[in-house]
Amino acid sequence: MDVNPVILKFVYAAIVVSVIMGLCSYAVLAERKISSWIQGRVGPNRTSLPLIGGIPIIGRFLTRLGIFQPIPDGLKFLFKEDVVPAHVNKFYFIMAPVIALVPALTTVVVVPFGRFVTEAGEVIPLVLANVNVGLLFLFAISSLGVYGVVLAGWSSNSKYPFLGGIRASAQMISYELAMGVSVLPILIWVNAPGREGTLNLFDIAQAQNGFWFAMWMPVSAIIFLVCLFAETNRLPFDMAESETELVSGFHTEYSSFKFGLFFVGEYAHMVVGSCVFTLLFLGGWNPMPFVTLEALGFGEGILGAVLSVGIFLGKMCGMMFFFMWIRWTLPRFRYDQVMKLGWKILLPLSIANLVVYTIFIFYLDTKL
Amino acid sequence: MTDIFFYIFATAALAGALGVVFSRNTVNGAMCLIGTFLSMASLFVLLEAYFLAVIQVLVYAGAVMVLFLFIIMLLDVKESAAKKTSIYTWAASLIGFGILVTGVVAISASESIKNKAPTMPEASGTSLKAFGYELFTTYLLPMQVTGFLLLIAMIGVIVLSKKVNTE
Repeated sequence: MDVNPVILKFVYAAIVVSVIMGLCSYAVLAERKISSWIQGRVGPNRTSLPLIGGIPIIGRFLTRLGIFQPIPDGLKFLFKEDVVPAHVNKFYFIMAPVIALVPALTTVVVVPFGRFVTEAGEVIPLVLANVNVGLLFLFAISSLGVYGVVLAGWSSNSKYPFLGGIRASAQMISYELAMGVSVLPILIWVNAPGREGTLNLFDIAQAQNGFWFAMWMPVSAIIFLVCLFAETNRLPFDMAESETELVSGFHTEYSSFKFGLFFVGEYAHMVVGSCVFTLLFLGGWNPMPFVTLEALGFGEGILGAVLSVGIFLGKMCGMMFFFMWIRWTLPRFRYDQVMKLGWKILLPLSIANLVVYTIFIFYLDTKL
Repeated sequence: MTDIFFYIFATAALAGALGVVFSRNTVNGAMCLIGTFLSMASLFVLLEAYFLAVIQVLVYAGAVMVLFLFIIMLLDVKESAAKKTSIYTWAASLIGFGILVTGVVAISASESIKNKAPTMPEASGTSLKAFGYELFTTYLLPMQVTGFLLLIAMIGVIVLSKKVNTE
């Protein structure tokens, strides 16, 4: 069966986007459940579907787990009254939520979810676009996401959103630097002499058959993780929202579906961020350090591909849990502390880290 | 296919550039500039210079323009009223326009643009490795000079913005 490759790509893209959106809606549920567990509450446990909820034991169990909660959550965003305040700049006010969501969904294009090994031993990445500059592409597009927050703050034309927008732009610039520098040791290692230069996320993940990068570049991993929290505007770095000081920051004036887009955008950023951290530092789809799927006998064919995707998604969900765990454990930083951490601690630390690993890798390559 | 995309993105880049010049609202101007940078990046993609395209987005659209917006918002620049154009501005714009027209005419009349290249030359920005080697061998001096220029600019900013205590 021959299908036009362009149409095929559209189908793949639609599948990936719907998976990401599904992950986002269940991430919201997970957030609510985890926060309630941490605070000694029960969390959403009433919503039920007529037929499935009526099944004797399983239905009750699922209802208590809150499995059906995302449906009313989503409908609520759709059907609530959409208020556009009179004093806003309409064009940017409506554009901003879209700008916040689109980059998050675009970055998914270069994220590989697993690999498929043909019988001939050829390794095919399961990714929408296997581009050479994948990592840079990801940084570039995700750096555009800040415009959603900044424009929302500016176009709302009132004090608190405005402050939120300004904070978001300053914070984003400050942490992007340290984030970029912290991954350089990995790229130096992956692009050892004699190999074709690559910034491809698939190749980086495949290079972690032995040590995972989190194990022998822990400083890089920690800097990257902290910056990831800052870039996704998650607590303890959610300066742009900061509801104790700024009402709810950049989206104070937003309601209904526009707020929903911001909300989904934040979770989409988290999903992509978790994917990237898994690929860069947690070995991608390798089940354990020094153990590959091939070594376990699941290398080839559909089964190996499904397993690789499963392991990858499992690690990603673990990272998502970590995001939420941190959010409900740590208090928010003060704004000056955020700036101090970014410029005076993380940036020098990441540069020192780069120098140390450059010398170390040079030594490994030439002397051993 | 490539031609259609070229015309779309070239038009978008030009429209964005015009928007920067003509918009009275500074935020509108900044957003138009972002649009221009993104269209330029798309043009680089059409030329298969992916690295340049990505860097264009990362540095200009992603970082420099965020700073621009930050400054615009922080200073709270109001929409500027129409100013009377001075004679110097008119003269400078006329000269600049003249040079531009001459350049465009000269380039489009030259022989090399009429003959299509037999094969597309490989841009040194295509492969990352090639790009790196070129940057640190052939173009090492320009790169060093550029870096030094940036350093001078940085020190200049510090000197200008730091209040000097004369006592």
